[in-house]
Amino acid sequence: MTDLPHSPEQPVPARASRFATFWRSDLVWSYRHSPVTIVASIVALALVLMAVLAPWIAPYNPFNPATLNLMDGMTPPNSASYTGRYFLFGTDNQGRDVLSTIMYGSRVSLFVGVLATLFAMLLGVGLGLVAGYVGGFVDAVIMRIADVQLSFPAILIALLIFGVARGIIPPNQQEGAAIWVLIIAIGLANWAQFARTVRGATMVERQKDYVAAARILGVNPFIILLRHVLPNVLGPVLVIGTIGLALAIIEEATLSYLGVGVPPTQPSLGTLIRIGQQFLFSGEWWILLFPAIALVLLALSVNLLGDWLRDALNPKLR
Amino acid sequence: MLAFILRRLGQSVLVMLVVAFIAFMVFRYVGDPVVSMVGQDATIGDIEELRGRLGLNDPFYVQFARFVGNALQGQFGISYRLQQPVSQLILERLPATIELAFASSFIALVFGVMLGIYTALKPRAFSTAVVMTISLVGVSLPTFLIGIGLIYLFAVELQVLPSFGRGEVVNLGWWRTGLLTESGWRSLILPAITLSLFQLTLIMRLVRAEMLEVMRTDYIRFARARGLSQRAINFGHALRNTLVPVITIAGLQLGSVIAFAIITETVFQWPGVGSLFVNSVQVVDVPVMAAYLVFVALVFVVINLIVDILYFIVDPRLRDGARTGR
Repeated sequence: MTDLPHSPEQPVPARASRFATFWRSDLVWSYRHSPVTIVASIVALALVLMAVLAPWIAPYNPFNPATLNLMDGMTPPNSASYTGRYFLFGTDNQGRDVLSTIMYGSRVSLFVGVLATLFAMLLGVGLGLVAGYVGGFVDAVIMRIADVQLSFPAILIALLIFGVARGIIPPNQQEGAAIWVLIIAIGLANWAQFARTVRGATMVERQKDYVAAARILGVNPFIILLRHVLPNVLGPVLVIGTIGLALAIIEEATLSYLGVGVPPTQPSLGTLIRIGQQFLFSGEWWILLFPAIALVLLALSVNLLGDWLRDALNPKLR
Repeated sequence: MLAFILRRLGQSVLVMLVVAFIAFMVFRYVGDPVVSMVGQDATIGDIEELRGRLGLNDPFYVQFARFVGNALQGQFGISYRLQQPVSQLILERLPATIELAFASSFIALVFGVMLGIYTALKPRAFSTAVVMTISLVGVSLPTFLIGIGLIYLFAVELQVLPSFGRGEVVNLGWWRTGLLTESGWRSLILPAITLSLFQLTLIMRLVRAEMLEVMRTDYIRFARARGLSQRAINFGHALRNTLVPVITIAGLQLGSVIAFAIITETVFQWPGVGSLFVNSVQVVDVPVMAAYLVFVALVFVVINLIVDILYFIVDPRLRDGARTGR
């Protein structure tokens, strides 16, 4: 109780100043000054919450046959159905509430998109670190594969992997495995971008003194990579990851639209659009339009967040 | 020059061999070709007999060599789904895809270059901001949604264009073309626009960036000082120098266009190679998948080779560098 490090008149600054530092940091500053980003993040957050909380907040459970009534089918938006129930976005041909199917659908889309991106990130960052740090033959092999893969459209590669997996997995397990196959296919189609960026950054970091110091101390190369190099190359990875998430969501939707994605029992936004297209000519536009809007909003908002992150983390581009 | 081309050729052959190997692995080990060929009541003896006849008991490298040999002659076996030779299926559907790809590349090139020049020459105009914003939104929209949107607008609401198929086709030898009938042209419009949009925005942004770069150079300032007309400066001096990278990118993109055609062909039920591939993936029709893989790789490799050689011819610096041994 004798000598405190600072006199009693000085307030203890820890909390407030930490928050103030955060508030004044470059990242937050650029966020506060970009209205587009604020809107995008609110939209993205709303869509994610809607998807995650779907089982609790969706007005109906569209996959429970007990609550479905075929008499409710094709109800237009914002009107009472034949049985007197209310559907904000209308119903499809089986009487499923379109709003609820969108909520459950974005859940599937986000689940596949996030896991596929994480998988691509893990694979790409790992291989990129090794290629950049080891160099030589390993580097040449990994990067050549990445080059070849990058020159083909990701959707083609994902389709191919999906087709191959379908041939390998026995038919009775396909329904359950489809979603995981999809995640792996999209992940494998997108790893190269991560690998290329991380490799470049790693080659720069490798030259720096702190890596040399760690090496002289005899630190295990894997520890050097994971504890010293990795944190310094994470910025670009975050940017590519965010933009990659938007891409993965679109790829999943495309595959499901092509009829090779998730099984019909677990429709994603792409499946819903595929179903909705059948009713385009008969005038039931809402079955198609609302899932399409949800998909565009989701992809666009995540994309805009990625763009903002890229500009915010890389002041040279500003 | 010759050494350069030979080296490129060697690399291309290597890439093709790797792709052929992947295709072979898919062909040989995904599903059992014998099970898909024999009937339900075949005995084990029948299966073994067929295995021997098809050479499936031969050593691995013999089978691979046979696969490559057959592929070189365009033989990829019989489609499980359609019970026809795969090569014949692909040849039948190839004209549809090629016509679509070229039509969309043409649209992308013409409008992309025009819009690129316009937005570069008037960087501060309101119309430029509009074009740039639309292109940004266009890039983030999935292709199939753009196609559906066009179908809704032009086929459902306005009812002026057909929403699916190729219209009437005319046989020119084995080439079945839709370009000689009015309905063929009308059917081509919507798919071609859908497929072109992605490329169009890419070319537009590229031309714009290159033009902005070139307009700042000294020789443009000198051309202005000489009192040349705006038109002569913009098109005779500036544009010409932006076109080399544009042609390169457009050429390289042609491969992607053929692959992206998968989506467009499905949306518009266009009877091309892409929709054949999607249908094959859905039912795991392995021979078609393997053949399509080799086919797309071949397209990519050939285009890359042509672009490399063109670049070499167009850019004198590359040529001189190679002659002096760099």
